[in-house]
Amino acid sequence: MSAPTVPEKKIEIGRRSPGSTGGVPARVSVARRVGWALSGVLVRSIAILVLLAGWEFAPAVGLVDSTFLPPFSEVVVELGELIGNGQLLQHVQASLTRSLSGFGIAVAIAVPLGIVIGWYKVISDVLTPLVQLFLNTAALALLPVFVLLLGIGETSKIAIVVYACTWPILLNTITAVRNVDPILLKLGRSLNLPPLTLFGKVVLPASIPTIFTGLRLAGAAAIVVVIAAEMVGAKAGLGFLINDAQYNFAVPSMYAGIVTIAVVGVGFNQLLVGVERRLTRWQ
Amino acid sequence: MTTKISFQGVGRTFPVRDGRERLTALASIDLDVADGELLTVVGPSGCGKSTLLDLLAGLLTPTSGRILLDGEEVTGPGSDRGVVFQQYALLPWRTAQGNVEFGLEATGVPRKERAELAREYLDLVGLAAFADRYPHELSGGMKQRVAIARSLAHDPEVLLMDEPFAALDAQTRESLQDELRRIWRRTGKTVVFITHGIDEAVYLGQRVAVLTSRPGRVKSVVDIDLDRESTGDVRSTPEFAHYRHKVWTLLHDEVVRARTFKEGSPA
Repeated sequence: MSAPTVPEKKIEIGRRSPGSTGGVPARVSVARRVGWALSGVLVRSIAILVLLAGWEFAPAVGLVDSTFLPPFSEVVVELGELIGNGQLLQHVQASLTRSLSGFGIAVAIAVPLGIVIGWYKVISDVLTPLVQLFLNTAALALLPVFVLLLGIGETSKIAIVVYACTWPILLNTITAVRNVDPILLKLGRSLNLPPLTLFGKVVLPASIPTIFTGLRLAGAAAIVVVIAAEMVGAKAGLGFLINDAQYNFAVPSMYAGIVTIAVVGVGFNQLLVGVERRLTRWQ
Repeated sequence: MTTKISFQGVGRTFPVRDGRERLTALASIDLDVADGELLTVVGPSGCGKSTLLDLLAGLLTPTSGRILLDGEEVTGPGSDRGVVFQQYALLPWRTAQGNVEFGLEATGVPRKERAELAREYLDLVGLAAFADRYPHELSGGMKQRVAIARSLAHDPEVLLMDEPFAALDAQTRESLQDELRRIWRRTGKTVVFITHGIDEAVYLGQRVAVLTSRPGRVKSVVDIDLDRESTGDVRSTPEFAHYRHKVWTLLHDEVVRARTFKEGSPA
Protein backbone atom coordinates (compact mmCIF):
# COMPACT_ATOMS: atom_id res chain seq x y z
CA MET A 1 0.00 0.00 0.00
CA SER A 2 2.83 2.25 0.74
CA ALA A 3 4.69 1.13 -2.39
CA PRO A 4 2.65 3.21 -4.93
CA THR A 5 2.88 6.36 -2.84
CA VAL A 6 6.63 6.38 -2.84
CA PRO A 7 7.01 6.64 -6.65
CA GLU A 8 4.26 9.24 -6.72
CA LYS A 9 6.19 11.34 -4.29
CA LYS A 10 9.32 10.86 -6.35
CA ILE A 11 7.50 12.03 -9.47
CA GLU A 12 6.15 15.00 -7.64
CA ILE A 13 9.59 15.94 -6.50
CA GLY A 14 10.92 15.31 -9.96
CA ARG A 15 8.30 17.54 -11.52
CA ARG A 16 8.60 20.31 -9.08
CA SER A 17 12.37 20.62 -9.04
CA PRO A 18 12.93 21.70 -12.69
CA GLY A 19 10.37 24.46 -12.23
CA SER A 20 11.87 25.54 -8.97
CA THR A 21 15.44 25.65 -10.23
CA GLY A 22 14.21 27.82 -13.09
CA GLY A 23 12.17 30.31 -11.11
CA VAL A 24 12.38 30.25 -7.35
CA PRO A 25 16.17 30.47 -6.85
CA ALA A 26 16.38 33.38 -9.28
CA ARG A 27 13.60 35.18 -7.42
CA VAL A 28 15.31 34.33 -4.15
CA SER A 29 18.65 35.64 -5.35
CA VAL A 30 17.14 38.95 -6.49
CA ALA A 31 15.31 39.25 -3.19
CA ARG A 32 18.47 38.33 -1.37
CA ARG A 33 20.53 40.81 -3.27
CA VAL A 34 18.05 43.58 -2.48
CA GLY A 35 18.05 42.34 1.11
CA TRP A 36 21.83 42.42 1.29
CA ALA A 37 21.97 45.89 -0.18
CA LEU A 38 19.35 47.08 2.31
CA SER A 39 21.05 45.39 5.21
CA GLY A 40 24.36 46.94 4.10
CA VAL A 41 22.79 50.40 4.15
CA LEU A 42 21.13 49.58 7.48
CA VAL A 43 24.39 48.38 9.05
CA ARG A 44 26.19 51.51 7.96
CA SER A 45 23.47 53.92 9.08
CA ILE A 46 22.14 52.24 12.21
CA ALA A 47 24.48 53.98 14.64
CA ILE A 48 23.70 57.39 13.15
CA LEU A 49 19.94 56.66 13.25
CA VAL A 50 20.22 55.67 16.92
CA LEU A 51 22.10 58.90 17.64
CA LEU A 52 19.46 61.01 15.88
CA ALA A 53 16.66 59.12 17.65
CA GLY A 54 18.38 59.77 20.98
CA TRP A 55 18.73 63.41 20.06
CA GLU A 56 15.03 63.59 19.16
CA PHE A 57 13.69 61.88 22.27
CA ALA A 58 16.13 62.90 25.00
CA PRO A 59 14.71 66.46 25.21
CA ALA A 60 11.14 65.21 24.74
CA VAL A 61 11.28 62.89 27.76
CA GLY A 62 13.09 65.48 29.82
CA LEU A 63 16.55 63.84 29.91
CA VAL A 64 18.09 67.13 28.83
CA ASP A 65 16.80 70.69 28.85
CA SER A 66 15.25 71.33 25.44
CA THR A 67 16.34 74.95 25.68
CA PHE A 68 19.95 73.86 25.31
CA LEU A 69 19.39 70.77 23.18
CA PRO A 70 16.24 71.16 21.11
CA PRO A 71 14.92 67.97 19.46
CA PHE A 72 16.49 67.08 16.13
CA SER A 73 13.24 67.79 14.29
CA GLU A 74 13.34 71.41 15.46
CA VAL A 75 16.90 71.72 14.18
CA VAL A 76 15.75 70.31 10.83
CA VAL A 77 12.99 72.92 10.64
CA GLU A 78 15.51 75.67 11.42
CA LEU A 79 17.88 74.20 8.83
CA GLY A 80 15.06 74.40 6.29
CA GLU A 81 14.50 78.05 7.15
CA LEU A 82 18.20 78.88 6.84
CA ILE A 83 18.30 77.18 3.48
CA GLY A 84 15.13 78.95 2.40
CA ASN A 85 16.31 82.47 3.19
CA GLY A 86 19.69 81.82 1.57
CA GLN A 87 21.70 82.42 4.74
CA LEU A 88 23.04 78.90 4.99
CA LEU A 89 24.33 78.91 1.43
CA GLN A 90 26.12 82.18 2.10
CA HIS A 91 27.84 80.79 5.20
CA VAL A 92 28.73 77.49 3.56
CA GLN A 93 30.14 79.37 0.60
CA ALA A 94 32.28 81.58 2.83
CA SER A 95 33.68 78.63 4.78
CA LEU A 96 34.24 76.44 1.74
CA THR A 97 35.98 79.22 -0.18
CA ARG A 98 38.42 79.69 2.69
CA SER A 99 39.08 76.03 3.39
CA LEU A 100 39.24 74.96 -0.26
CA SER A 101 41.59 77.76 -1.30
CA GLY A 102 43.79 77.04 1.72
CA PHE A 103 43.71 73.32 0.96
CA GLY A 104 44.46 73.95 -2.71
CA ILE A 105 47.42 76.20 -1.95
CA ALA A 106 48.76 73.63 0.53
CA VAL A 107 48.48 70.84 -2.06
CA ALA A 108 50.25 72.99 -4.65
CA ILE A 109 53.09 73.70 -2.22
CA ALA A 110 53.43 70.50 -0.21
CA VAL A 111 53.14 67.82 -2.91
CA PRO A 112 55.98 69.08 -5.15
CA LEU A 113 58.06 70.05 -2.12
CA GLY A 114 57.51 66.64 -0.52
CA ILE A 115 58.55 64.89 -3.72
CA VAL A 116 61.78 66.86 -3.89
CA ILE A 117 62.54 66.37 -0.18
CA GLY A 118 61.68 62.67 -0.35
CA TRP A 119 63.90 62.14 -3.36
CA TYR A 120 67.04 63.26 -1.55
CA LYS A 121 67.68 61.04 1.43
CA VAL A 122 69.90 63.55 3.22
CA ILE A 123 67.39 66.39 2.89
CA SER A 124 64.52 64.23 4.10
CA ASP A 125 66.58 62.93 7.03
CA VAL A 126 67.28 66.52 8.03
CA LEU A 127 63.80 67.95 7.46
CA THR A 128 61.48 65.13 8.56
CA PRO A 129 61.87 65.86 12.32
CA LEU A 130 60.99 69.50 11.63
CA VAL A 131 57.90 68.51 9.66
CA GLN A 132 56.93 66.15 12.50
CA LEU A 133 57.28 69.02 14.96
CA PHE A 134 55.03 71.33 12.92
CA LEU A 135 52.55 68.54 12.30
CA ASN A 136 52.20 67.91 16.01
CA THR A 137 51.98 71.58 16.97
CA ALA A 138 48.23 72.25 16.95
CA ALA A 139 47.64 74.78 14.17
CA LEU A 140 45.03 76.54 16.31
CA ALA A 141 47.67 77.34 18.89
CA LEU A 142 49.20 79.53 16.20
CA LEU A 143 45.94 81.29 15.34
CA PRO A 144 46.82 84.34 17.53
CA VAL A 145 50.16 84.58 15.75
CA PHE A 146 48.46 84.59 12.35
CA VAL A 147 45.95 87.21 13.50
CA LEU A 148 48.79 89.29 14.89
CA LEU A 149 50.78 89.12 11.67
CA LEU A 150 48.02 89.14 9.05
CA GLY A 151 45.01 90.71 10.80
CA ILE A 152 41.55 89.18 11.04
CA GLY A 153 40.71 89.33 7.33
CA GLU A 154 40.59 86.58 4.73
CA THR A 155 44.38 86.38 4.46
CA SER A 156 44.97 85.14 7.99
CA LYS A 157 42.12 82.62 7.73
CA ILE A 158 43.35 81.15 4.48
CA ALA A 159 46.93 81.26 5.73
CA ILE A 160 46.17 79.19 8.79
CA VAL A 161 44.31 76.64 6.67
CA VAL A 162 47.37 76.46 4.39
CA TYR A 163 49.55 75.96 7.45
CA ALA A 164 47.37 73.23 8.94
CA CYS A 165 47.07 71.37 5.61
CA THR A 166 50.71 71.60 4.60
CA TRP A 167 52.26 69.33 7.23
CA PRO A 168 50.19 66.17 6.84
CA ILE A 169 50.48 66.42 3.04
CA LEU A 170 54.20 67.12 3.20
CA LEU A 171 54.99 64.31 5.62
CA ASN A 172 52.94 61.75 3.71
CA THR A 173 54.41 62.79 0.37
CA ILE A 174 57.96 62.47 1.73
CA THR A 175 57.11 59.05 3.15
CA ALA A 176 55.49 57.99 -0.12
CA VAL A 177 58.51 58.91 -2.22
CA ARG A 178 60.93 57.35 0.25
CA ASN A 179 58.98 54.08 0.17
CA VAL A 180 58.71 53.55 -3.58
CA ASP A 181 59.56 49.90 -4.24
CA PRO A 182 63.35 49.89 -4.89
CA ILE A 183 62.96 47.18 -7.54
CA LEU A 184 60.83 49.57 -9.62
CA LEU A 185 63.54 52.22 -9.38
CA LYS A 186 66.09 49.60 -10.39
CA LEU A 187 63.91 48.70 -13.37
CA GLY A 188 63.72 52.36 -14.35
CA ARG A 189 67.48 52.72 -14.13
CA SER A 190 68.06 49.53 -16.09
CA LEU A 191 65.93 51.03 -18.88
CA ASN A 192 68.06 54.17 -18.71
CA LEU A 193 65.03 56.40 -18.06
CA PRO A 194 65.85 60.09 -17.72
CA PRO A 195 65.20 61.38 -14.16
CA LEU A 196 62.04 63.33 -15.06
CA THR A 197 60.51 60.34 -16.84
CA LEU A 198 61.38 58.12 -13.89
CA PHE A 199 59.58 60.64 -11.70
CA GLY A 200 56.48 60.91 -13.82
CA LYS A 201 56.11 57.26 -14.70
CA VAL A 202 57.35 55.47 -11.60
CA VAL A 203 57.80 57.61 -8.49
CA LEU A 204 54.60 59.67 -8.75
CA PRO A 205 52.12 56.87 -9.55
CA ALA A 206 53.69 54.67 -6.86
CA SER A 207 53.31 57.48 -4.32
CA ILE A 208 49.66 58.36 -4.97
CA PRO A 209 48.03 56.07 -2.36
CA THR A 210 50.19 57.42 0.47
CA ILE A 211 49.87 61.01 -0.73
CA PHE A 212 46.09 60.61 -0.54
CA THR A 213 46.32 59.58 3.09
CA GLY A 214 47.89 62.99 3.67
CA LEU A 215 45.26 64.74 1.57
CA ARG A 216 42.42 63.22 3.59
CA LEU A 217 44.04 64.25 6.88
CA ALA A 218 44.55 67.73 5.46
CA GLY A 219 40.95 67.87 4.26
CA ALA A 220 39.67 67.21 7.78
CA ALA A 221 42.11 69.78 9.20
CA ALA A 222 41.01 72.39 6.66
CA ILE A 223 37.41 72.25 7.93
CA VAL A 224 38.33 72.24 11.64
CA VAL A 225 40.72 75.14 11.34
CA VAL A 226 38.50 77.35 9.23
CA ILE A 227 35.58 76.95 11.66
CA ALA A 228 37.80 77.93 14.59
CA ALA A 229 39.23 80.90 12.71
CA GLU A 230 35.71 82.07 11.85
CA MET A 231 34.71 81.82 15.50
CA VAL A 232 37.51 84.18 16.46
CA GLY A 233 36.62 86.88 14.00
CA ALA A 234 34.51 86.86 10.85
CA LYS A 235 31.33 88.29 9.34
CA ALA A 236 30.30 85.12 7.54
CA GLY A 237 31.02 81.40 7.54
CA LEU A 238 29.73 78.41 9.48
CA GLY A 239 32.01 79.15 12.44
CA PHE A 240 30.59 82.65 12.59
CA LEU A 241 27.03 81.28 12.27
CA ILE A 242 27.49 78.96 15.25
CA ASN A 243 29.19 81.53 17.42
CA ASP A 244 26.75 84.29 16.49
CA ALA A 245 23.76 82.02 17.12
CA GLN A 246 25.11 81.13 20.53
CA TYR A 247 25.58 84.80 21.49
CA ASN A 248 22.02 85.58 20.40
CA PHE A 249 20.67 82.47 22.05
CA ALA A 250 19.36 81.17 18.71
CA VAL A 251 20.02 77.61 19.84
CA PRO A 252 18.36 75.72 16.93
CA SER A 253 20.36 77.88 14.51
CA MET A 254 23.56 76.91 16.32
CA TYR A 255 22.77 73.21 15.97
CA ALA A 256 21.80 73.73 12.32
CA GLY A 257 25.31 75.13 11.78
CA ILE A 258 26.91 72.18 13.58
CA VAL A 259 24.96 69.66 11.51
CA THR A 260 25.95 71.48 8.33
CA ILE A 261 29.63 71.32 9.30
CA ALA A 262 29.34 67.58 9.84
CA VAL A 263 27.71 67.15 6.41
CA VAL A 264 30.29 69.36 4.68
CA GLY A 265 33.17 67.49 6.39
CA VAL A 266 31.86 64.07 5.43
CA GLY A 267 31.13 65.30 1.89
CA PHE A 268 34.65 66.63 1.41
CA ASN A 269 36.18 63.41 2.68
CA GLN A 270 33.94 61.34 0.38
CA LEU A 271 34.98 63.51 -2.54
CA LEU A 272 38.67 62.83 -1.81
CA VAL A 273 37.97 59.11 -1.39
CA GLY A 274 36.21 59.16 -4.76
CA VAL A 275 39.12 60.89 -6.51
CA GLU A 276 41.55 58.45 -4.87
CA ARG A 277 39.50 55.47 -6.08
CA ARG A 278 39.57 56.82 -9.60
CA LEU A 279 43.33 57.29 -9.52
CA THR A 280 44.09 53.96 -7.89
CA ARG A 281 41.60 51.75 -9.67
CA TRP A 282 44.40 49.22 -10.24
CA GLN A 283 44.56 48.27 -6.57
CA MET B 1 81.47 32.17 -32.99
CA THR B 2 81.88 35.83 -32.22
CA THR B 3 82.21 37.03 -28.67
CA LYS B 4 79.26 39.09 -27.50
CA ILE B 5 80.17 39.78 -23.89
CA SER B 6 83.61 39.74 -22.40
CA PHE B 7 84.45 40.08 -18.70
CA GLN B 8 88.10 41.05 -18.38
CA GLY B 9 89.49 40.86 -14.86
CA VAL B 10 86.27 42.29 -13.45
CA GLY B 11 86.23 42.92 -9.71
CA ARG B 12 83.87 44.77 -7.44
CA THR B 13 84.20 45.75 -3.81
CA PHE B 14 81.61 47.36 -1.54
CA PRO B 15 82.18 49.60 1.46
CA VAL B 16 81.03 47.95 4.71
CA ARG B 17 80.97 49.03 8.34
CA ASP B 18 80.42 52.69 7.49
CA GLY B 19 83.10 52.64 4.85
CA ARG B 20 85.89 51.61 7.16
CA GLU B 21 86.35 48.31 5.34
CA ARG B 22 85.69 47.02 1.88
CA LEU B 23 84.04 43.74 1.06
CA THR B 24 85.21 42.04 -2.10
CA ALA B 25 82.14 40.63 -3.81
CA LEU B 26 83.78 39.72 -7.09
CA ALA B 27 87.47 39.27 -7.82
CA SER B 28 88.94 39.17 -11.31
CA ILE B 29 86.17 37.56 -13.30
CA ASP B 30 87.30 36.44 -16.74
CA LEU B 31 84.51 35.10 -18.89
CA ASP B 32 83.43 35.30 -22.52
CA VAL B 33 79.89 34.81 -23.74
CA ALA B 34 79.36 34.01 -27.40
CA ASP B 35 76.80 35.72 -29.61
CA GLY B 36 73.47 33.93 -29.31
CA GLU B 37 74.62 31.78 -26.42
CA LEU B 38 72.51 30.84 -23.41
CA LEU B 39 74.92 30.87 -20.48
CA THR B 40 73.85 30.04 -16.96
CA VAL B 41 75.80 31.14 -13.90
CA VAL B 42 75.61 29.21 -10.62
CA GLY B 43 77.38 29.85 -7.37
CA PRO B 44 76.96 29.44 -3.62
CA SER B 45 74.69 32.03 -2.04
CA GLY B 46 76.40 35.34 -1.44
CA CYS B 47 79.05 34.76 -4.06
CA GLY B 48 78.21 37.88 -6.02
CA LYS B 49 76.08 36.38 -8.82
CA SER B 50 73.65 39.27 -8.75
CA THR B 51 76.52 41.76 -8.57
CA LEU B 52 77.87 40.20 -11.76
CA LEU B 53 74.54 40.84 -13.47
CA ASP B 54 74.19 44.38 -12.12
CA LEU B 55 77.64 45.13 -13.52
CA LEU B 56 76.67 43.77 -16.90
CA ALA B 57 73.39 45.73 -16.80
CA GLY B 58 75.40 48.88 -16.10
CA LEU B 59 73.66 49.45 -12.76
CA LEU B 60 77.02 49.15 -11.01
CA THR B 61 80.50 49.95 -12.23
CA PRO B 62 83.37 47.54 -11.67
CA THR B 63 86.11 48.60 -9.27
CA SER B 64 88.64 46.79 -11.41
CA GLY B 65 88.75 45.37 -14.92
CA ARG B 66 86.16 46.03 -17.61
CA ILE B 67 83.20 44.50 -19.35
CA LEU B 68 82.95 44.62 -23.12
CA LEU B 69 79.69 44.33 -25.01
CA ASP B 70 80.28 43.95 -28.74
CA GLY B 71 83.83 45.12 -28.11
CA GLU B 72 82.72 48.33 -26.39
CA GLU B 73 83.09 48.97 -22.71
CA VAL B 74 79.91 49.00 -20.64
CA THR B 75 79.65 52.34 -18.86
CA GLY B 76 75.98 52.44 -17.86
CA PRO B 77 72.57 50.97 -18.49
CA GLY B 78 71.21 50.84 -22.01
CA SER B 79 68.38 49.48 -24.08
CA ASP B 80 70.78 47.02 -25.76
CA ARG B 81 70.32 44.94 -22.61
CA GLY B 82 67.03 43.75 -21.15
CA VAL B 83 66.89 42.79 -17.49
CA VAL B 84 64.48 40.37 -15.84
CA PHE B 85 64.39 40.53 -12.05
CA GLN B 86 63.41 37.84 -9.56
CA GLN B 87 60.74 40.11 -8.05
CA TYR B 88 59.09 40.71 -11.47
CA ALA B 89 59.29 44.50 -11.04
CA LEU B 90 55.92 45.10 -12.68
CA LEU B 91 54.26 48.48 -12.27
CA PRO B 92 51.12 47.60 -10.28
CA TRP B 93 49.13 50.52 -11.76
CA ARG B 94 49.63 49.33 -15.32
CA THR B 95 48.03 46.43 -17.13
CA ALA B 96 50.14 43.64 -18.61
CA GLN B 97 49.99 45.54 -21.91
CA GLY B 98 51.00 48.80 -20.20
CA ASN B 99 53.91 47.11 -18.48
CA VAL B 100 55.27 45.75 -21.75
CA GLU B 101 54.83 49.17 -23.35
CA PHE B 102 56.78 50.74 -20.47
CA GLY B 103 60.00 49.23 -21.78
CA LEU B 104 59.30 50.73 -25.20
CA GLU B 105 58.53 54.22 -23.94
CA ALA B 106 62.12 54.51 -22.76
CA THR B 107 63.44 53.92 -26.27
CA GLY B 108 61.08 56.40 -27.90
CA VAL B 109 58.99 54.02 -29.99
CA PRO B 110 55.85 55.81 -31.32
CA ARG B 111 52.66 55.11 -29.38
CA LYS B 112 50.85 53.09 -32.02
CA GLU B 113 53.87 50.94 -32.69
CA ARG B 114 54.27 50.41 -28.94
CA ALA B 115 50.80 48.95 -28.62
CA GLU B 116 51.40 46.62 -31.55
CA LEU B 117 54.79 45.46 -30.30
CA ALA B 118 53.45 44.92 -26.79
CA ARG B 119 50.65 42.72 -28.12
CA GLU B 120 53.12 40.81 -30.24
CA TYR B 121 55.41 40.06 -27.30
CA LEU B 122 52.56 39.23 -24.95
CA ASP B 123 51.51 36.76 -27.59
CA LEU B 124 55.07 35.36 -27.67
CA VAL B 125 54.88 34.55 -23.95
CA GLY B 126 51.34 33.19 -24.35
CA LEU B 127 49.54 36.01 -22.53
CA ALA B 128 47.69 37.71 -25.39
CA ALA B 129 44.38 37.02 -23.62
CA PHE B 130 45.57 38.73 -20.43
CA ALA B 131 46.72 42.03 -21.93
CA ASP B 132 44.28 44.14 -19.92
CA ARG B 133 44.85 42.44 -16.57
CA TYR B 134 46.62 44.21 -13.74
CA PRO B 135 49.59 42.49 -12.04
CA HIS B 136 47.59 41.64 -8.91
CA GLU B 137 45.21 39.68 -11.12
CA LEU B 138 48.03 37.50 -12.49
CA SER B 139 49.80 34.48 -11.00
CA GLY B 140 53.53 34.56 -10.26
CA GLY B 141 54.34 32.68 -13.44
CA MET B 142 52.22 35.04 -15.53
CA LYS B 143 53.83 38.08 -13.92
CA GLN B 144 57.26 36.78 -14.86
CA ARG B 145 56.06 36.13 -18.41
CA VAL B 146 54.95 39.76 -18.62
CA ALA B 147 58.37 40.83 -17.33
CA ILE B 148 60.07 38.66 -19.95
CA ALA B 149 57.85 40.13 -22.68
CA ARG B 150 58.74 43.63 -21.46
CA SER B 151 62.47 42.94 -21.51
CA LEU B 152 62.24 41.49 -25.02
CA ALA B 153 59.92 44.11 -26.50
CA HIS B 154 62.55 46.79 -26.92
CA ASP B 155 64.59 44.23 -28.81
CA PRO B 156 67.76 44.11 -26.72
CA GLU B 157 70.70 42.11 -27.96
CA VAL B 158 71.31 40.58 -24.58
CA LEU B 159 68.82 39.28 -22.04
CA LEU B 160 70.01 39.37 -18.43
CA MET B 161 68.05 37.25 -16.00
CA ASP B 162 68.62 37.39 -12.26
CA GLU B 163 67.16 34.22 -10.69
CA PRO B 164 63.89 34.97 -12.50
CA PHE B 165 62.15 31.71 -11.61
CA ALA B 166 63.36 31.38 -8.01
CA ALA B 167 60.09 32.58 -6.48
CA LEU B 168 57.90 30.24 -8.55
CA ASP B 169 56.60 26.79 -7.66
CA ALA B 170 58.34 23.78 -9.21
CA GLN B 171 55.78 23.13 -11.96
CA THR B 172 55.52 26.74 -13.08
CA ARG B 173 59.30 26.97 -13.00
CA GLU B 174 59.70 23.98 -15.33
CA SER B 175 57.17 25.30 -17.79
CA LEU B 176 58.82 28.72 -17.80
CA GLN B 177 62.21 27.08 -18.36
CA ASP B 178 60.82 25.39 -21.46
CA GLU B 179 59.23 28.67 -22.48
CA LEU B 180 62.53 30.49 -22.10
CA ARG B 181 64.38 27.92 -24.22
CA ARG B 182 61.68 28.22 -26.89
CA ILE B 183 61.89 32.02 -26.88
CA TRP B 184 65.68 31.90 -26.92
CA ARG B 185 65.71 29.60 -29.95
CA ARG B 186 63.14 31.73 -31.70
CA THR B 187 64.75 35.10 -31.07
CA GLY B 188 68.42 34.09 -31.09
CA LYS B 189 69.21 36.46 -28.20
CA THR B 190 72.30 36.12 -26.06
CA VAL B 191 71.07 35.18 -22.59
CA VAL B 192 72.93 35.34 -19.29
CA PHE B 193 70.89 33.54 -16.67
CA ILE B 194 71.80 33.67 -12.99
CA THR B 195 70.49 30.89 -10.75
CA HIS B 196 71.27 29.02 -7.57
CA GLY B 197 69.58 25.86 -8.86
CA ILE B 198 71.89 23.23 -10.34
CA ASP B 199 69.09 21.49 -12.26
CA GLU B 200 67.96 24.79 -13.72
CA ALA B 201 71.51 25.72 -14.71
CA VAL B 202 72.13 22.39 -16.43
CA TYR B 203 68.73 22.23 -18.08
CA LEU B 204 68.86 25.75 -19.54
CA GLY B 205 72.49 26.43 -20.26
CA GLN B 206 74.62 25.60 -23.24
CA ARG B 207 77.38 26.27 -20.79
CA VAL B 208 77.31 26.56 -17.01
CA ALA B 209 79.72 28.93 -15.31
CA VAL B 210 80.37 27.89 -11.71
CA LEU B 211 81.47 30.68 -9.38
CA THR B 212 83.55 30.25 -6.24
CA SER B 213 82.32 31.41 -2.85
CA ARG B 214 83.15 34.97 -1.87
CA PRO B 215 85.03 36.60 -3.35
CA GLY B 216 83.40 35.28 -6.52
CA ARG B 217 85.64 34.02 -9.29
CA VAL B 218 84.89 31.76 -12.21
CA LYS B 219 85.82 28.35 -10.91
CA SER B 220 84.98 26.40 -14.02
CA VAL B 221 82.81 26.56 -17.13
CA VAL B 222 81.04 23.30 -17.98
CA ASP B 223 79.88 22.64 -21.55
CA ILE B 224 76.46 21.02 -21.56
CA ASP B 225 75.73 18.77 -24.50
CA LEU B 226 72.18 17.55 -24.09
CA ASP B 227 69.60 16.68 -26.71
CA ARG B 228 66.70 18.48 -25.07
CA GLU B 229 64.44 18.64 -28.10
CA SER B 230 64.03 14.94 -28.96
CA THR B 231 64.14 13.51 -25.46
CA GLY B 232 60.87 13.74 -23.59
CA ASP B 233 62.09 13.99 -20.03
CA VAL B 234 65.69 15.06 -20.40
CA ARG B 235 66.04 15.62 -16.67
CA SER B 236 65.90 11.88 -15.99
CA THR B 237 68.51 10.85 -18.57
CA PRO B 238 71.95 9.58 -17.46
CA GLU B 239 73.56 12.45 -19.42
CA PHE B 240 71.64 15.00 -17.43
CA ALA B 241 72.59 13.23 -14.20
CA HIS B 242 76.22 13.26 -15.29
CA TYR B 243 76.26 17.03 -15.88
CA ARG B 244 74.24 17.66 -12.78
CA HIS B 245 76.72 15.69 -10.71
CA LYS B 246 79.66 17.47 -12.29
CA VAL B 247 78.25 20.91 -11.46
CA TRP B 248 77.14 19.69 -8.04
CA THR B 249 80.67 18.51 -7.20
CA LEU B 250 82.18 21.82 -8.30
CA LEU B 251 79.63 23.74 -6.29
CA HIS B 252 79.72 21.46 -3.26
CA ASP B 253 83.41 22.12 -2.65
CA GLU B 254 82.61 25.81 -2.65
CA VAL B 255 79.70 25.49 -0.26
CA VAL B 256 81.91 23.50 2.14
CA ARG B 257 84.68 26.03 1.75
CA ALA B 258 82.30 28.92 2.38
CA ARG B 259 81.03 27.22 5.52
CA THR B 260 84.44 26.44 7.02
CA PHE B 261 85.53 29.93 6.07
CA LYS B 262 82.59 31.41 7.93
CA GLU B 263 83.01 29.19 10.99
CA GLY B 264 86.78 29.54 11.08
CA SER B 265 86.80 33.32 10.83
CA PRO B 266 86.47 35.31 14.06
CA ALA B 267 83.13 37.08 14.36
